Amino acid sequence: MTLALEATDVVAGYGEAEILHGVSIAVEEGEMVAIIGPNGAGKSTLLKTIFGLIPTRAGSVRLGTNDITSDRPDSIVKAGMSYVPQVENVFPSLSINENLEMGAYVRQDGLRERLEVVYDMFPDLTSRRGDGAGKLSGGQRQMLALARALMLDPQVLLLDEPSAGLSPKMVDSIFSKIVDINLAGTAVLLIEQNAREALSFSHRAYVLVTGENRMEGDAKTMIDNEEVGRLYLGE
Amino acid sequence: MSIVPAQFNDRLTSLGEQYRRFSETTATALLWVLISILFLWAAIFETDLFIAGMIVGSVLALGAIGLTLIYSILGFANFAHGDTMMLGAYVAFFLLTGIVVGEKPNIDLDVGWSLNRMPGATAELWDLSFGWGLLVAIALSMFVMAAFSIGLDRVVYRPLRRRGSGIVIFAMAALGVAFSIRAVMLIIWGPDPRRYVQGIHYANHYPFGVVLKTDQIFIFLVAMGLAAVMYFVLFHSKLGKAMRAMADNPDLALVSGINTDRIVMWTWAIGGGLMAIAGALLAIQALLRPILGFELILPLFAATILGGIGKPQGAFIGALVVGVSQESSIVFFSAGYKPAVAFVILVFILLLRPRGLFGTAS
Repeated sequence: MTLALEATDVVAGYGEAEILHGVSIAVEEGEMVAIIGPNGAGKSTLLKTIFGLIPTRAGSVRLGTNDITSDRPDSIVKAGMSYVPQVENVFPSLSINENLEMGAYVRQDGLRERLEVVYDMFPDLTSRRGDGAGKLSGGQRQMLALARALMLDPQVLLLDEPSAGLSPKMVDSIFSKIVDINLAGTAVLLIEQNAREALSFSHRAYVLVTGENRMEGDAKTMIDNEEVGRLYLGE
Repeated sequence: MSIVPAQFNDRLTSLGEQYRRFSETTATALLWVLISILFLWAAIFETDLFIAGMIVGSVLALGAIGLTLIYSILGFANFAHGDTMMLGAYVAFFLLTGIVVGEKPNIDLDVGWSLNRMPGATAELWDLSFGWGLLVAIALSMFVMAAFSIGLDRVVYRPLRRRGSGIVIFAMAALGVAFSIRAVMLIIWGPDPRRYVQGIHYANHYPFGVVLKTDQIFIFLVAMGLAAVMYFVLFHSKLGKAMRAMADNPDLALVSGINTDRIVMWTWAIGGGLMAIAGALLAIQALLRPILGFELILPLFAATILGGIGKPQGAFIGALVVGVSQESSIVFFSAGYKPAVAFVILVFILLLRPRGLFGTAS
């Protein structure tokens, strides 16, 4: 198998504070990988560092065969990776269509065709193309955020808690949408608070604690792991 | 521990929310009604002043659109906007006449090169008071001011952004830039009023007692045309959509793959170009004075805040309202109180509806 994304011994943080003390993760092509761990473990910081929003102090990040360590986000987007932040992940004063166009900002051509493909994946958005994104409900916003990130047909998708703040029903439809996206060939690296559910549909998982790798392995076996269950699945 | 049942608490909160929404909707509606009454009254009973106000307002709109764009994308109030407008007007003056202030009082120095010396550059176009020389001077000034604004950002504002400076630091920096620009204008062109074209030009009479110079019609058409171009750019071009996206959420713009540094550069280029044209258009019908830029600050901010700061369409409407109010105020007060009108509008809007006509809750 070829690696789609590989972060090796990544050290990063804010100002004086070092949050990540050498974290390594790898995502194979077409794989779904979950990162779980307690609050403050540095999960979001890891995604931001991988995406070039926070400088990498040591270690390296590779996307396929490219070294993207500390690259600018716009060049990382061009290289084939998209990222959906946890909150404020749509442009509220832009229409749904304009939000999707912004997702394809670095694309030179084929915008129209790609828009139709993405609208087909998110039929709920199709009838509301001209509506302002600010009027959408929490679940619809999350769908739009996913749709925006898919506009470039990325090889790797980074998701920061896609289920945060959603109703249980909405959580299910977001998760099933993420599974669909993954089945279509996009590798997904996601952070989730709903750890049990995330593990149930992921291939592999990493447990991150205080900025260090604690555990990694097959997602299904991790659900049954006693320590994981006790610490992070609330048993 | 709260002794009020949670349900009751929720009910109270929702009532408060409903009241807030109601009063906001009422305030907006009231504002629109007031604006409509003002425009109707002025248009019907003081047609001449209404037209004059629309002309001033259309030029103010170009400045206000730039001001509101810079606010929404860079997040600070550019107090140097009025002075930069004037600098644009002076740059056009210099390119046109080649004149700078001399060593001795009242004796100007001529650098020996100017557009006015080109053959036919001063020949009056149609019924206008100026020839193609001024048009070329304004167009060149537009590029000069776009480059100047980008350069200013590199030297002053970008270092502040990198350092993560607060809004007060930015405002003080902009104020410093404003003073510096004004001082430079005084040094280079002196305190005495200047004009693009010498001589007397008569106004034409139109129906409903409207007296207008053709220059004024030109000013209005150019300003409105540019406002329309700006609307097209912001709402129908990829660059404009990216600018609005960045105004909404700069972090998300960055992760969408938008090169935010380039958007900042374009914002200054567009803002600077608009400032140059607005300043020059204003100077065609008034005199060039270094202090005029300072006097523009109040109406510019009143227009921007009235429309909802950060909203280009709001800045456009706001500028027309300020222009018409200022001009038609002379029915009631002496013309010397015109600047006070902008101030009253500003205070009124801050009391009634601080986020303006088009502003959204933050």
